[in-house]
Amino acid sequence: MAGDKANRLNLTEKDYEGAASTMCRGCGHDAISASIMRAFFESSIDPRKVVKLSGIGCSSKTPAYFLGQSFGFNAVHGRMSAVATGANLANHTLIPVGVSGDGDTAAIGLGNFCHMMRRNVNITYVVENNGVYGLTKGQFSATADKGSVMKGGKINDIPALDLCELAIILGATYVARSFSGDRKQLAPLVQGAFAHKGSAILDVISPCVTFNNHEGSTKSMKYVKDHLDPIHDIDFIPSYENIEIDYQEGTDHAVTLHDGSRIVLHKLNGDYDPTNRMAALQMIHAAVAEGKFLTGLIYYDPNRVEFAEELNLGDTPLAELGQDMLQPPAEALDRINADFMK
Amino acid sequence: MDTNQPAINDLSISIATENGTGSASANNVLFKAIFKMGVPCSSKNMFPSNIQGLPTWYQIRASAEGYMARKDAIDVMVMFNDATAAKDIYRVRDGGIIVYDDSTPLAANLKRDGVQYFGVPANKLIQKIVPASPLRTKQRNMVYVGVLAALFGIDMETIKAVLQDTFGKKPAVIESNLVCIEAGFNHVTEKGYSQSIARLQSIPNGNKGKIITEGNTACALGAIYGGASVVAWYPITPSSSLAEALEHYMPRLRKKDGKATYAIVQAEDEIAAAGMIAGAGWAGARAMTSTSGPGLSLMNETIGLAYFAEIPCVFFIIQRGGPSTGLPTRTQQADIQLMYYASHGDTRHIILIPHDMKSSFDFARRSFDVAERFQTPVFVMMDLDLGMNLWSSEPLKLDTAPFDRGNVLSAADLEQWEKQGKKFRRYFDYAGDGLTYRTIPGNPSRKAAYFTRGSGHDADARYSEDEKDYKDTLDRLRRKFETARDYVPKPIVDRHEGVKTGLVCFGSSYEAVREARDRLRASGLRINHLLLRALPLTEESRDFLAAHDVVYLVEQNRDAQMASIFKDEWPELAAKIVSVLVYNGLPVSTGEVVQQIKSHQANGRKGIEEWQETKRIASI
Repeated sequence: MAGDKANRLNLTEKDYEGAASTMCRGCGHDAISASIMRAFFESSIDPRKVVKLSGIGCSSKTPAYFLGQSFGFNAVHGRMSAVATGANLANHTLIPVGVSGDGDTAAIGLGNFCHMMRRNVNITYVVENNGVYGLTKGQFSATADKGSVMKGGKINDIPALDLCELAIILGATYVARSFSGDRKQLAPLVQGAFAHKGSAILDVISPCVTFNNHEGSTKSMKYVKDHLDPIHDIDFIPSYENIEIDYQEGTDHAVTLHDGSRIVLHKLNGDYDPTNRMAALQMIHAAVAEGKFLTGLIYYDPNRVEFAEELNLGDTPLAELGQDMLQPPAEALDRINADFMK
Repeated sequence: MDTNQPAINDLSISIATENGTGSASANNVLFKAIFKMGVPCSSKNMFPSNIQGLPTWYQIRASAEGYMARKDAIDVMVMFNDATAAKDIYRVRDGGIIVYDDSTPLAANLKRDGVQYFGVPANKLIQKIVPASPLRTKQRNMVYVGVLAALFGIDMETIKAVLQDTFGKKPAVIESNLVCIEAGFNHVTEKGYSQSIARLQSIPNGNKGKIITEGNTACALGAIYGGASVVAWYPITPSSSLAEALEHYMPRLRKKDGKATYAIVQAEDEIAAAGMIAGAGWAGARAMTSTSGPGLSLMNETIGLAYFAEIPCVFFIIQRGGPSTGLPTRTQQADIQLMYYASHGDTRHIILIPHDMKSSFDFARRSFDVAERFQTPVFVMMDLDLGMNLWSSEPLKLDTAPFDRGNVLSAADLEQWEKQGKKFRRYFDYAGDGLTYRTIPGNPSRKAAYFTRGSGHDADARYSEDEKDYKDTLDRLRRKFETARDYVPKPIVDRHEGVKTGLVCFGSSYEAVREARDRLRASGLRINHLLLRALPLTEESRDFLAAHDVVYLVEQNRDAQMASIFKDEWPELAAKIVSVLVYNGLPVSTGEVVQQIKSHQANGRKGIEEWQETKRIASI
């Protein structure tokens, strides 16, 4: 599938590949991995500058299947956000991509996820959301819709947790929803997330073809396709491309990201400003009420600074500081000793 | 004791107050004044897990001989808490002194024989001399400082100097405290109170060059000088003051060109704190957290991850009374095994065990070297007594030796390796010592990247469920642990030839055990002493066990957790160990150690059992 075309770093798509996937045939997660690889390739990001992080679950296995030249860390269940926060503080110059699932993020790891969004830690956080626990063979997750039917016939009667809504409330600064099968939309959204400094959450509906693809499931491939509701078409324009946008007044909306890249939203769905937080929440509510999967860049906050900047870190990553920078002088300790003699 | 000959600089005072009433300031002034006189002294704060209104005791010991442990017999009880007074009167030894507030007459049930009572109308005095304000009641405790100063010979000039040191920038505060102290002092003179049990006498240069600090502060400073750069923590007594000391000192000590060379995160829980330092350690920072038992329980899963994926990170564990919430403000050494075997699966961890302020500082600094050398979680085992009480100490001394960053391969190293035909394999045991090489994310070499995971993996960091890969990894981790024996701090041994009785202790028990050892020797028992300073155990401990017929192992928990580790290590020597256990939540007192050993000397193991069942809950 890798083409011969080279990007600005003279890398081909092959340079962004990883180990062979062990997902089920037809799994949405593989499609997402492909979009992630495409996004890295298209944005000409050096794989050596990328760190891949994940928790536990099917989705969390996938970072092994892309960017084989990047460091990866498959941590424990629900703790990707904490591990990624630490890694980001140790080296905030790296580009972190986190992959998690709906169990990993919306159930066991919910607390840590919330606080990562609150802190606005720089990360591209992809949730591969299928409403079901795959590795443990088919239990409902916290994002399973009310009324959705389990493979064995059990009906879920607890309302779903909406990760986009939650992320917006908590302070995430780039919030998008997409569908694993829509690479045309997903890849530019991922590119936008890379260009954004702060917590970028992408809730990607990714049907589980083995445990949640039956009649009665609201996350089956057919159901999702039938209920997709994209709010806009998306183009990503990298910072180095100084092109004029063919901008349709009133229907297009351009968002300039932290590194100077732009996302152009060609609106399909009336007048929508993704920087309006209340409007974003209202739109999510309306879509949920109608049983639709709203996709696109739902919310964007250009103003909040990322956590590492909040902590006043310098240009050199903490991990690269030597003893000369880390060990204070002996005289300072003498002064402290003198204070302790009082 | 001869009542006509006061003991010089040998005095124990227990001060009973309600917490949240300003007693901490008063107690601090008193303690620092004695320190300033040059008299060796220590203090123990027995405080409640509460903000205001529950009983608290502060115990000060002055010891000409320099013993810092909690003293068994209380010479003076300052009875300023009605709620505990009925018990407090019996906490003081026969022949001792009770200082109380006689603004209202002493209740009949608070009178006992064999002690001297000195009343001071503290409540009335402050009404007179302190302007009415909501804070007035907080000044009441300063009155007993003056009373004790007058009774035992602390001069007002010393008190003034301490007030100056403490409140230097607030003259009004100095003045308002001073009038209360003087009122107490003058009351003693006016009433003509006198006692002859003890006197405090200045010792010129007695504490010269000595510092006073708490172990948590010493650890924080050690971490700062050890290059800790990512700190994640969650508030929990008694460890919070360690992280707060970092928050205090880091901005002063660790800025370059206006930028921070550290990141401190108050996490949302201990699970996140552990996750953050695992992530930071993996990405190349010197990462640490501090917590206590409940937090350590929560961190277990991540500790297993860091052990299995081989990530350096440091855990400062300030132990308190467990299980469950237990006694959050009391001290214990009851999380030894929780540290040593932290996480599910086969694990064993390196633990450094400070016993005083200097080793708290030194081991904190060193813990990062050990963690990076062994690419593994390292514990620094503290407890509330060591961490939160004030201890006098030699000054902290900087070790400027180069940091040991362990086996880290740079891009240039990788290039060199390639020229030599050597391939970087993340988990391959090149030297047979269990230690491996790592690369740090961000390394620009194309050969550097590897995939870290807590699931089964092979020597090349690839996912593997292969039985040989799995067993190889477990065996190599064990080999690495064996290698650590040569690297951790060795015990300090005080051993004389021909002596067949031994005494082993570690951590905050050291002061009480040191004094107990001296007292036992003075009473004719020849006894050798080993201070354990780390796990894994080393040959020195084995030799010590082997060389003695009986070895008393002192620890502050019910189940003899450290003894179990010794016995597991050397089952053939297990029978020699006699456990001396103190687990009432209070700092170990010398008497508790001496009495148990004497009971055993007299009646064997049965003697100790009887002591545990019948003897005592040590007095506060």
